[in-house]
Amino acid sequence: MEKPNQDWTARVEELAHTRLSECYQCGKCTAGCPRGMIMDVPPARMMRAAQVGDILETARADSIWRCLSCLTCSARCPKSVNVSSVVDAFRQISIETNSMSPESAKIVEFQKAFLRNVRRNGRTNEVEMATDFEVRYFFRRFDVMNVINTGLLGTKMLKRGKMNFAIGSPVKDKDLVKRIFSKCDVKL
Amino acid sequence: MAKIGVFTCWCGENIARNVDVEAVSEAISKLPGVACSMDYKYMCSEPGQSLIASKIKELGLTGVVVASCSPHMHLNTFRKTVELAGVNPYLVEMANIREQCSWVHTDKEVATAKAIELIGMAVAKVRRNAALEPIKVPVTKRAMVIGAGVAGIQAALDLAAGGVEVILVEREPSVGGKMAGLSETFPTLDCSQCILTPRMVEVGQHPNIELLTYSEVEKVDGYVGNFKVTVRKKARYVDIAKCTGCGSCWNKCPKKVPNAFDYGLGNRTAIYIPFPQAVPARPVIDADNCLRLQSMKKGKELCGICLKQCGTDAINFHDKDELVEYEVGAVIVATGYKLYQITKEQENPKLQGYGEYGYGKYKDVIDSLQFERIISASGPTGGEPKRPSDGMTPKTVVFIQCTGSRDNAKGITYCSKICCMYTAKHTMLFKHKVHDGEAHVFYMDIRSGGKMYDEFVRRAIEQDDAQYHRGRVSKIEEVMVDGVKKCRCYGADTLTGKPCVVDADMVVLANAMLPSSGVTSLAQKLSVGYDGYGFLSESHPKLRPVETNAAGVFVCGACQGPKDIPETVAQATAAAGKALIMLSQPYLTREPEIATVDERLCAACGACVKACPYNAISIEEICDRKGNLVKMTSRVNPGLCMGCGTCVAVCPSKSVDLIGFTDDQVYAQLESLLD
Repeated sequence: MEKPNQDWTARVEELAHTRLSECYQCGKCTAGCPRGMIMDVPPARMMRAAQVGDILETARADSIWRCLSCLTCSARCPKSVNVSSVVDAFRQISIETNSMSPESAKIVEFQKAFLRNVRRNGRTNEVEMATDFEVRYFFRRFDVMNVINTGLLGTKMLKRGKMNFAIGSPVKDKDLVKRIFSKCDVKL
Repeated sequence: MAKIGVFTCWCGENIARNVDVEAVSEAISKLPGVACSMDYKYMCSEPGQSLIASKIKELGLTGVVVASCSPHMHLNTFRKTVELAGVNPYLVEMANIREQCSWVHTDKEVATAKAIELIGMAVAKVRRNAALEPIKVPVTKRAMVIGAGVAGIQAALDLAAGGVEVILVEREPSVGGKMAGLSETFPTLDCSQCILTPRMVEVGQHPNIELLTYSEVEKVDGYVGNFKVTVRKKARYVDIAKCTGCGSCWNKCPKKVPNAFDYGLGNRTAIYIPFPQAVPARPVIDADNCLRLQSMKKGKELCGICLKQCGTDAINFHDKDELVEYEVGAVIVATGYKLYQITKEQENPKLQGYGEYGYGKYKDVIDSLQFERIISASGPTGGEPKRPSDGMTPKTVVFIQCTGSRDNAKGITYCSKICCMYTAKHTMLFKHKVHDGEAHVFYMDIRSGGKMYDEFVRRAIEQDDAQYHRGRVSKIEEVMVDGVKKCRCYGADTLTGKPCVVDADMVVLANAMLPSSGVTSLAQKLSVGYDGYGFLSESHPKLRPVETNAAGVFVCGACQGPKDIPETVAQATAAAGKALIMLSQPYLTREPEIATVDERLCAACGACVKACPYNAISIEEICDRKGNLVKMTSRVNPGLCMGCGTCVAVCPSKSVDLIGFTDDQVYAQLESLLD
């Protein structure tokens, strides 16, 4: 007996600060999504799942992590629903319930590494962030071949100037960065 | 000596692209009797018409052929042209060289040759045309409106306000129709009774309106402007003139039966008024259920309580049906609709019931009009939402749209148009009364075109939290959940792509709209066309939306097709307007191209009488001065004949001819083709 789960719908609304019932399923978010073609659950379907409380299953979908957060969906929504923030809500629930696929878990790790780096420097230092990500990821999977391959790729990129030690030196006002992060209350 | 002018039109490129118009014009000028043959780019334009008029005056033409488009398009245009130039308008013929020639051929040579032949035929015909005068028919300045729902009430009031006497016929004991039973109306949620009852009172009181309730149309004779309608006033057993509507009879009547006005949800007595606001507020006795009237059939006199209660001696158990004839100039049909039922047995054998929804045997699966009564303040529950089976307040209600509608397998292919809107309204009214209730709607599309309509549906979803699921319900079954009876609805949500099962306390079906019972036999009496479902046919869907093909008969409201209250009222006013235009003429003119009988030849065999689809022909006696019968003959009523020519085809003695299309003219056309 499957029933619409009102509690989950309310939770998504709370996280996303948007009214789910406003969505009338026109599909414009999916139509404009640059990654819509490779999503197992495209944005409009995600909105419908949120409306009927079908949250946990959707939180397992890879597509919530394939979203680029470009905000095209939110910008073009005829009902001004913040679709992108609904995707973010799904991400939050996905992390809380630890329901990512291994493929998506890597994306999550990368995003965490990105945020850690920004918190430390106020901007990204590519070499530092890549090293942080790869080391942590290694301790999860112990995939030696992956480390060697990425190491070789990294060296190549450094040689060609695609990555640079010099770019990404810390910002001066570290306090400001601290304040931003404390306001967002991000746990990494 | 005939002097025929032929005017060939280029129709811009429409004709000239495939027909060599100049060559045609040249060839036609050589035909006998043709005094001039001209061509012009747009013959229907002002310069084109002036050309025709100037040639008529210059040459004294005795007939005109315009070779251009279909006569449907411009025959009247050119008739007016020649009439202004002083020639009888029936001396114009059109040769259709566009629709029947240039548009359907690609070979220019062939098309040109065909155009010459078509025009030649028209020339041959017009040489034998007679100058005709339109038939003048007198008009009775009185109208009949059949059906006193909101459409009939509106039409009657508009006609009455226009100074026309109106006979308003209603088959039920009260006026008001379906609308009187509704709770609140979309998209404003104003109460149906508050809008309608003052108008009901008005039709009851208007000096120009004669109200005939509990009456049905029995027979229609006559023709446009002069109908003779026989109305059966059904035995009411109560003298309306004496009765004061005090109510002591129906309060004491011992016999209780389901009230049809509440669609069987509540009870009424055998002597009853259908609802307290009824107009006239006078009861009728339901003979099938009255103990006294039933006992009288067996020669006894039981009960009779109402008779004792009545202080004004208004009850008459010996009342009989009465037939009254009314002469009216125009008839407006406003017989409204009924809802399709999901039962196994269908009135129309082409339709099927919904076995998957229980064929109507589940008590808590109701239709939308029943839900209106349940939610209405004047309904059997006093506006408390209670389900029929056990009186429980339903917490979860499932609304299923398109039940019957758009379901080819069940026999109805059309959209009933109003269900999306009233279902949204139902969810709102339900949520306003049961705040913690759940309203689930299964829909296929939401069709909410109209002023403030889509906003209304969005309000139901966004503010009143109606749960909409895009998909049909495949099956309903009754189950027990924790000791409570539920209707389990197996539906789908195609937007999530998953099945969606809801355990409902009550299910409301938005059943399809069908024309009300008996409309087809009424339509046959009035010679009005109808479609496979029984919806009456308008003359033209865009340009003549309230006229029918029977002259003088107009339609409005849901008998013509599913429509909501605003549209119904607009159409009713339109029909009243059209009827007023007709009735305000001193006399009516009709086309003179009708059948005529040569009474010397007619053998009165009656073949034409049977063949005539308009009942325009009758057998008459011809007597000499002393009154001795000389012979029998058939005779055409010029008021009724539509000039279809069926009688001409069936007449074995060739004594019938169609004026304007005489045998002489038709053979001349054929001969010109064979020359």
